[in-house]
Amino acid sequence: MTQTARLCTASAAAILALAVVGLVVGDFPASARSAIATAIWDRGGEFDFVINTLRFPRVVVAVLAGICLAVSGALFQALIDNPLVSPDIIGIDTGAAACAVAILAIGLDTQWLPYAAFAGAVGTAGLIFVLSWRRGFSGGRLVLVGIGINALLTAVITYLLVRFPIERVSAAARWQAGTLSSSSWSDARTLVIGLAVLLPVAFLLIRRLRVMQLGDDMALALGVGLERSRLAVITVGCGLAAVVVAVVGPLGFVALLVPHVARALAGTLSGGVLLLTALLGAVMLLSADLVAQRLFAPTVLPAGVVTAAAGGPYLLFVLRRFNRAA
Amino acid sequence: MRPDQKPSPTLRAERLFADYGGPPVVKDLTAEIPTGEITAIVGANASGKSTLLRALARLLRATEGAVYLDGADICRLPTRSVAARLGLLPQSPRAPDGVQVEDLVRRGRYPHQRLFDQWSKTDEQAVEQALKLTGLVELRSRAVDELSGGQRQRAWIAMALAQDAPMMLLDEPTTFLDIAHQVEMLDLLARLNQTEKRTVVMVLHDLNQACRYASHIIALADGRIEAAGRPTEVVTAELIERVFGLKVSVISCPVTDTPLCIPYRHNY
Repeated sequence: MTQTARLCTASAAAILALAVVGLVVGDFPASARSAIATAIWDRGGEFDFVINTLRFPRVVVAVLAGICLAVSGALFQALIDNPLVSPDIIGIDTGAAACAVAILAIGLDTQWLPYAAFAGAVGTAGLIFVLSWRRGFSGGRLVLVGIGINALLTAVITYLLVRFPIERVSAAARWQAGTLSSSSWSDARTLVIGLAVLLPVAFLLIRRLRVMQLGDDMALALGVGLERSRLAVITVGCGLAAVVVAVVGPLGFVALLVPHVARALAGTLSGGVLLLTALLGAVMLLSADLVAQRLFAPTVLPAGVVTAAAGGPYLLFVLRRFNRAA
Repeated sequence: MRPDQKPSPTLRAERLFADYGGPPVVKDLTAEIPTGEITAIVGANASGKSTLLRALARLLRATEGAVYLDGADICRLPTRSVAARLGLLPQSPRAPDGVQVEDLVRRGRYPHQRLFDQWSKTDEQAVEQALKLTGLVELRSRAVDELSGGQRQRAWIAMALAQDAPMMLLDEPTTFLDIAHQVEMLDLLARLNQTEKRTVVMVLHDLNQACRYASHIIALADGRIEAAGRPTEVVTAELIERVFGLKVSVISCPVTDTPLCIPYRHNY
């Protein structure tokens, strides 16, 4: 078994273990045995509501969203050849949030929030792509434009939150922290659909990305159609991020950090490393959500706070190493 | 022998103009690359050597005229089918952080892999062969960024070899190498040309190396061809003065009998 295969197996085991913990712990504790039984073959019974309506969908959503975010980050970092890039850094999440806050501000019901967030994420991605296109496309320009857009949209959100009555926009403010606590089976279904469409494409793009990492000239010489490939990578990367932000809300740092961990453990991008990245994404989000639930129990934190709290220091650590290498 | 011995394609430029969005860098240039030989493109800085090479490799689209690969306009051919016939090594290629030699070489197989293809036996053979030819078998699991300059350049050549294109274009393959590694690199290319019948086209700064290793020289000045042909026939003191603005004496190399240019002192 190769190193990458071993790591993937270990991560998958960790996901299962964390999932069981996620089913067991809570204000209404269940034994591991009865929790698993209730979730899988013995539906109904005293734990039915707690397990099958509250905890199980939450665990599943954490796994799926973690996979989406980590893969999205890996695609962006490989495309732009910059380890400090991820969809949340270039404004995809902020775009989703701005759109979400806007529809709540004008008085629409929260049921429209996921659609608005998805539209905002896709629209922002399109805007960044159009604005950074000049006789072709450069990854560096995309990042700079994205950071600019991110700042602009942050200002728009602040304006909306200040300008409109608090009782209307407070739901948006809560949503913005990124929480898994209200995850439902329909959220999980949305994520499954997104992953079913986008994840296979992501894996098919890996071979191309591995060549694109050698620089534009080399990629062209090896027969990669650059513009089309970039468009495909950006579409898939943004799509994955958009689905998550629509369902869960903005969750910072998962997309940025997990690809780093996978690279440090298993080396440069390949299909196996992408699989490991996906699994580690699930591990990170599951653990972050558990910490968020239990750290200050009964007070529950949004998972986004935990990913940011863990991600910030790690980012500083990466930057330090990055600076030393440069 | 290459696992899949394809005949070398023909490559020629016809009335080619190319630029980088400004004034033309290559102007009205017509040239034919002799199949199965080593061609060196020489000329002063900014004479259009690299631009010509990039246009020949379809990295740069001709503004007028065209480059023909096996008789077809290279910009109209599917890019993958070009990549299977024609390989290119840019001047300073970039390796991803921490990538291992073998991983790098494997990426050269891209043009031969269809979307859903698995890694095949042919792919494996091509990679092994490339590692063997470049003497990198022992270094296959080393990180490229930890290699010496000469080894790193060999790793890139190995990647281009794994691409298994019968024609290879190289932009200054000897830059940043000391003289021993320069000779090693050029000997490797000469060997690939002789034993595997690969056509080699390279931009070279060193005129004497060009004369020694190439059987065909294209001398550029200001984006046009000043002379093209066998080194012994075209390299004269008069040509060097026209191309480089430098007075030289051309003697016969005591080792290879190829032309050897000895510059006079430059007087300001």
